[in-house]
Amino acid sequence: MTPANGAGADRGDGRGDGRGAGRGTGRIGGAAAGPELDGRAGPPGEPPRVPLLEVRGLCRAFGGVRAVDDVSFTLDRGRLLALIGPNGAGKTTCFNIINGQLAPDRGSIRFGGRELVGLAPHRIWRLGVGRTFQITATYPSMTVCENVQMALLSHHRRLLSLRGRASAQYRDEALALLERVGMAEQEDRPCSVLAYGDLKRVELAVALANAPSLLLMDEPTAGMSPGERIELMQLTAGIVAERNIAVLFTEHDMDVVFRHADHILVLDRGRLIADGAPEAVRANPRVRAVYLGSEDVALA
Amino acid sequence: MGGDLGFYLVQALTGLSSASALFLVASGLSIIFGVTRVVNFAHGSFYMLGAYIAYTLIGHLGGALGFWVAVLLAGVAVGIIGVVVELLILRRVYQAPELFQLVATFGVILVIQDLALLVWGAEDLFGPAAPGLEGTVNLLGTRLPEYDLALIALSLFVLGALWLLFQRTRWGTLVRAATEDREMVGALGVNQAWLFTGAFFLGSMLAGLGGAAQLPKGGADLLMDFNILAAVFVVVVVGGMGSIAGAFLAAVLISELGAFGILLIPQSTLVLMFAVMAVVLIFRPWGLLGRPEAPGQHGQAGPPEPPLRPPPPRLRAAGLLLLAALLALPAFADDFTLVLAVEIAIMALFAASLHFAMGPGGMVSFGHAAFFGGGAYAAALLVKYAGSPMEVALLFAPAMAGVLALVFGWFCVRLTGVYLAMLTLAFAQVGWSIVFQWGEVTGGDDGILGIWPSEWASDRLAFYYLSVLASAGGILALQYVLHSPFGYAMRACRDSVVRSASIGIDVQRQQWLAFAFSGALAGLAGGLFVFSKGSVFPDEMSIPRSFDALIMVLLGGVKTLLGPIAGAVTFTWLQDEISRLEYWRLILGALIIAIVVAFPQGVAGFLRARAGPWFGIREMEA
Ligand SMILES: Nc1ncnc2c1ncn2[C@@H]1O[C@H](COP(=O)(O)OP(=O)(O)O)[C@@H](O)[C@H]1O
Ligand SMILES: [Mg+2]
Repeated sequence: MTPANGAGADRGDGRGDGRGAGRGTGRIGGAAAGPELDGRAGPPGEPPRVPLLEVRGLCRAFGGVRAVDDVSFTLDRGRLLALIGPNGAGKTTCFNIINGQLAPDRGSIRFGGRELVGLAPHRIWRLGVGRTFQITATYPSMTVCENVQMALLSHHRRLLSLRGRASAQYRDEALALLERVGMAEQEDRPCSVLAYGDLKRVELAVALANAPSLLLMDEPTAGMSPGERIELMQLTAGIVAERNIAVLFTEHDMDVVFRHADHILVLDRGRLIADGAPEAVRANPRVRAVYLGSEDVALA
Repeated sequence: MGGDLGFYLVQALTGLSSASALFLVASGLSIIFGVTRVVNFAHGSFYMLGAYIAYTLIGHLGGALGFWVAVLLAGVAVGIIGVVVELLILRRVYQAPELFQLVATFGVILVIQDLALLVWGAEDLFGPAAPGLEGTVNLLGTRLPEYDLALIALSLFVLGALWLLFQRTRWGTLVRAATEDREMVGALGVNQAWLFTGAFFLGSMLAGLGGAAQLPKGGADLLMDFNILAAVFVVVVVGGMGSIAGAFLAAVLISELGAFGILLIPQSTLVLMFAVMAVVLIFRPWGLLGRPEAPGQHGQAGPPEPPLRPPPPRLRAAGLLLLAALLALPAFADDFTLVLAVEIAIMALFAASLHFAMGPGGMVSFGHAAFFGGGAYAAALLVKYAGSPMEVALLFAPAMAGVLALVFGWFCVRLTGVYLAMLTLAFAQVGWSIVFQWGEVTGGDDGILGIWPSEWASDRLAFYYLSVLASAGGILALQYVLHSPFGYAMRACRDSVVRSASIGIDVQRQQWLAFAFSGALAGLAGGLFVFSKGSVFPDEMSIPRSFDALIMVLLGGVKTLLGPIAGAVTFTWLQDEISRLEYWRLILGALIIAIVVAFPQGVAGFLRARAGPWFGIREMEA
C-alpha cells in the first residue's frame, strides 16, 4: 500500500489546476484538441522513479485463443492511460488479470513495488486497486447508497461486524461520493432499476470508496450520451489530478480517448501494437490499419 | 496367487455392476436438469417405481425373454409417468421464481410413496432371478454372479446408446445445446416444450430402467427412493452436472471405492466416498467432466428482490401482536394445541435458518437437517453421556451444529448453485448414516430416549414459553444479523461475486461464516426439538427432514422474510392434521402439488401482492 495521497498532493494540485483550466475551455473540437493534448503529454523533465504499476510480459490464452499475448507497460501516478483496441482484443482480460480475477499464464504485475500475480481480488483491492466493469456489477437488491456503503464497510473492515444497521453506517461518506459522481439524488433507488449510464456512475463511486491509487475502468462511458461521456471523463480526470492517482481505462469512443488520455496503448488480438502519446498513436499506420473500416471509430 | 488375482478381479467387477444403477439414475437426473434446470427430487421415486413395475411385469410375462421385455417395459412405463408429471405439474411452474419446482417434485415423492404402498404393500419384495443368468462364472477361482456381468453390459450399452443419441441425432444435438446454452435454444426457435417433455421421458425412463434392472440383486422396497438419492447426487456432483460420461465415470469411481473400501476398513465406504468427493471438488469444483454453472441460474431467477428496509410500522405492530397472541395462547388453548404450537415455533426457527442461507445468502441447502439433527444429537448425547442439564445442552446444540456447518460449509462454499445444494444433501446423508450406523453411541435406529427438560421447564406451560421465546429469539437474531454489516456483506456476495471480490470481500469466507451461523440456528431448533419430544431419532437428520424445511421456505416464498414463518405454520399444521390419516402422504403430496399449481408465485408472494401494500411493504419500482 502506498498511502501517497498526502505526499503527492502538491504535485497533484499543480496538475489539478492545469486540468481545471483545460476543462474550463469547454467543448473541444477536433482542431482544438491538438495543442490541448500536447500540453498533457507528461512531464519530460522529471527524474525516473519506480512506476505505480509495472506490467511485464503478461500472457493469457483461452483454449487456442491468445487473449493477452506478451503485454508490457507502466503507469505512473497522476496519469490517465487508455487501453484501446477492437472488440476481443484482450482489454477486459488484461483488467481481469490485473485485479486478480484471472490468473495469467505468464508475466508479472508490480504495483507499488509489490507483485500482484497470485493474489486474490479482495487482497488486490486492499492494496488500492479499484475497478469498474464493462458489464456493470452492482448489487441489484441494494439501493444506490447501500452499494457505496458496502464498499465503505469493507474499507473500514466492518464486514464481519454484527453491530448496528448496515444501512445507517458511513452514509454521509457514501452520499459525498455519490454527490461527486452526480448520483446523490438517486441514492435511495434500488440499483436494479437504474439506467445503464447511471450504473456506471455508481460503479465509479464504489470504486473510489477505498481511496484507491489505481483505478481500472472498463468502458466507463458505455451506455452514455456523448455529452455524458465527456462529463464523466472530465470528472475522472479531475479525480486523477486531485488525488494524484492513476487510471487505466478502455474506451470505444475515440473522441473521449484522444481528449483525455495522457498515453495510449493499442491492443490487437492480444498483442500491443502501439504504445505512445496520443498524437503518435494517431499517426501510427498499424493502428490505422487495425481500425480501418470500423465506422464507430474516427481516428482522423 | 491366482486366487488372489481372481478375488480382486471379481471385486472390481462387482463394483462395476453396482455402478450400473447409479449410472442410469444419475444420467437421467443429469439430462433432466441439463435441459429443464429442474432438480428432480422425485428421481429416486422413479427408480423405485421401475423396480416395482418390473416386479409385477416379470410375474406376468415369465421366461428369459419375458424378463428383459419386462425390464424394458418398466423403463418405458416410468418414462411415461415422468412425462405425465412434467405435463400436468412442472409445465405450469417453469416460470415460477426460485426453486419452486422442487416443492412440486417433493409432492410427487410423497404421492408415489403412498401409491406404491397401496399397490405393492409394505413388505419388501425379493427380486426374481433373471432366467438364464442364475448361475455364477468362475474367474480365476472366484465366483461372480452371471447377472453382474449382464448389469455391466447393460450400463455400457446405455452409455453407448446415449452417446449415439447425443452425437448423432438432431434431438440429441438440441438437448446438448440446451444443456450448454438455454438462450441459444430459444433463439433457434426450437419447440422448447417438446424438448422438455422429451428430456423428462428419457431421464425418467433411465431411472426406471435402473430400478428394474437391479431387481434381481436388490429387490424392491419403499425406502429405495431416498436411499439412492444421496448417492446419485454425489455421482452427479462428482461427475459434473449435465455430463453423461462424467456420470458414468463417477458412478464407477464411487462403486469401485465401495467394493474395495470395504476390504480396507469395513464400514469405511461412506468415509471414502466422502473423501473422494471432497478431493474431486477441491480440484475440480464443477466435477470431473462438468462445466461451471452460469451465474445467476439458481436461487436468483425472477425479478431482483427489493432493498431491505426496516419493517414498516404496521408490519412491526402485526409482529408484536402475533407474539402477544402466542404468549396469551395458553390461556385459551388445550394441551394438544400447545404441543402443536411448540412444534410450529421450532419449525419456524428451522425454516428461518434455512431461509437465511438460501434467500439472502444465496446458498441453497438441500441438507439442512444435518444441522437440525446435529444440534438435536449434540444435545441428546451431552445429556446422555455427561448428564448435562437442559440449559447447557441447549447452548451446546447450536455450538456443535455451527461447528458441523463450518466443516461441511468449508467444502460447500467452494461451489455455487445446484452443485452446492447437492453437496449439502450428500453431507447430510453422511451425517445420517453415522448416527444410523454408530449404534453403540447414538442408539442407531432406536434413537436416544429420555431427554427431558429441566425441572422448572418440564411443565407444559413453562416449556411452551421457553420454546416459543427461544424460537422467536432465534428468528429475531437472524433478522438482526441480516441487517448488520455482516448480513449485508453476505447478501452482497449473493448479488454479485465479482463486485464483492473487487471491493475487498473475501466471498468464500463471508459465505462460509454465514452458512455456519445458519447451521447454528438450525441446531438451536434441533436442541429445542429434542426436549420437546424427549427423544431423538436418525429421522431428524434424514432427507425428508431437510425437504420439510425446504418446502416451508419455498412454500412461503424465498424473497420475503415472513415466508419461512408462513411456510412453517402452513406445512406443520397441515402435516399434523393429515398425518393421522392412513394415506397421509398421498393427501399431503397432492395438497402440495395443488398449492404449487394454484400459487406459482409462492404463498407469501401471493399474500405479499394482496396484503403487502396495507402493511406498508414497498414493492419494486416498475
Ligand atoms: N473467460 C473466457 N473464456 C474463453 N475465452 C475468453 C474468456 N474471456 C475472454 N475470452 C476471449 O479472449 C479474447 C479477448 O476478450 P476480451 O478481453 O473480453 O476483449 P475486449 O475486452 O478487448 O473486447 C476474446 O477472443 C474472447 O473471446
Ligand atoms: Mg471488453
